[in-house]
Amino acid sequence: MNLSSFIDVFHSWPSLLNGLAMTVMLTLVSSFLGVVLGTLCAWGSLRGPKALRWFIRGYVEFFRNTPFLGQIFFIFFGLPALGVKLDPVTAALVALTINLTAYACEIIRAGIEATPAGQFEAASSLGLKPAQAFFLVILPPAFQRVWPAMTSQLVIILLASALCSQISVAELSYEANMIASRTFRNFEAYIVVTVIYLGLAVLFREMLTWVGRRFVYGEFATVGQR
Amino acid sequence: MSNLAPSAALAPALPVSASSGAAIELVGVNKWYGEFHVLKDINLRVHRGERIVICGPSGSGKSTMIRCINRLEEHQQGSIIVDGIELTNDLKRIDEIRREVGMCFQHFNLFPHLTILENLTLAPIWVRKMPKKDADELAMHFLRKVKIPEQANKYPGQLSGGQQQRVAIARALCMKPKIMLFDEPTSALDPEMVKEVLETMVSLAEEGMTMLCVTHEMGFARQVANRVIFMDAGQIIEMNEPEAFFSNPQHERTKLFLSQILGH
Ligand SMILES: Nc1ncnc2c1ncn2[C@@H]1O[C@H](COP(=O)(O)OP(=O)(O)OP(=O)(O)O)[C@@H](O)[C@H]1O
Ligand SMILES: [Mg+2]
Repeated sequence: MNLSSFIDVFHSWPSLLNGLAMTVMLTLVSSFLGVVLGTLCAWGSLRGPKALRWFIRGYVEFFRNTPFLGQIFFIFFGLPALGVKLDPVTAALVALTINLTAYACEIIRAGIEATPAGQFEAASSLGLKPAQAFFLVILPPAFQRVWPAMTSQLVIILLASALCSQISVAELSYEANMIASRTFRNFEAYIVVTVIYLGLAVLFREMLTWVGRRFVYGEFATVGQR
Repeated sequence: MSNLAPSAALAPALPVSASSGAAIELVGVNKWYGEFHVLKDINLRVHRGERIVICGPSGSGKSTMIRCINRLEEHQQGSIIVDGIELTNDLKRIDEIRREVGMCFQHFNLFPHLTILENLTLAPIWVRKMPKKDADELAMHFLRKVKIPEQANKYPGQLSGGQQQRVAIARALCMKPKIMLFDEPTSALDPEMVKEVLETMVSLAEEGMTMLCVTHEMGFARQVANRVIFMDAGQIIEMNEPEAFFSNPQHERTKLFLSQILGH
């Protein structure tokens, strides 16, 4: 292995770039949807009617205790048997979102449960409706509490998106496979995409820290709060 | 006990004028936590503008009683009528009552992710649908009243306990409540901060606010209360004007309790 053997891989930069764009798209869309849906599930699992709570519990436990590859195969190959036919990219987005929602629900629920009951009581005593109290008062500090855990989970989703190559979604690792079989530079191709994943993950983590402060919970002082 | 600065003389116990109607009325109220009978046949009529101090040993049901008044807790028997509205499971009525009744908690319960100003404007904006600009003005008015307008843009975590409790009072006042409930507002505070909070409460009393206050600050009770209530084991054991209550308690349990809290 020498530098020239990498050059074959870099010659394929347009397909690497396409793969990168697909990976970024899969990650951003499923992250956004997963966090939003996870938040709603967390609310439902804490405050919803009993049937809904049980449904969410079952959903969360199922998707946290089965392999992602199985989930994505089921959605892509299994659902058509039930009459739902999805193209690969949609199936990948659905699988990533459903999987992340289950984890996000648990993470956010933990954050909400750590919120003192007095916060909800104060909001109620001021006349806020339960939904207002939840979204305006309970949620932001809960998010702040669990944002590091959420960030890790979102990075895991970025890395798990590599498995979408198994249903021929042309994302980064799919392109790596293609390059490898075209150039016979297996090792080099995988080293290159691994480094790209590393860079993406570091960047994504930084971005999430910024997004958290800027949009999710604000820059309030973390000291001395009850 | 803290010594309060002498304030303008408070109105004496209000004349009981039947026409003015009661601000709060509890009739035969009973409440259970599972098997545990926490409130036993509570009867209490609070007149408009009246200030009532509630004391009693830990676990006697003081918090539970006042929390029933704005439905943070549900009672199972009897009726509670606040400002002419009877508390039922009807959510609309509960909302109506909560808009009329302000509450301050032992641990302040400020919202940590909002600035002081945002803590005050949240309910006016979302519940009263007030434009933000008006809400800000209203909030600054009450922050000046509790003497901390300069803290408006800080976060609760950056304030002292006494300042936080005054913010909590101002936050409740922004909803223009007719009645204020206090649940041991000074018992989580360092002694040097108790006074500033009590002074805020005294000035509220001077303006004629109807107040129900769970506290063991007997100096405050003497100064502002029209009546003092002693609770034990879920019952109102004794209720009297402060002078008579302190100088001539009728019940053994009241005597024991007073000797314990006034003793040291
Ligand atoms: N959610 C609850 N479930 C079961 N029991 C409760 C609950 N809340 C309070 N209690 C019990 O009810 C009784 C009265 O409680 P409450 O908080 O009203 O007392 P308190 O007079 O305010 O006491 P303190 O001075 O300690 O605040 C206590 O024995 C308490 O353990
Ligand atoms: Mg109490």
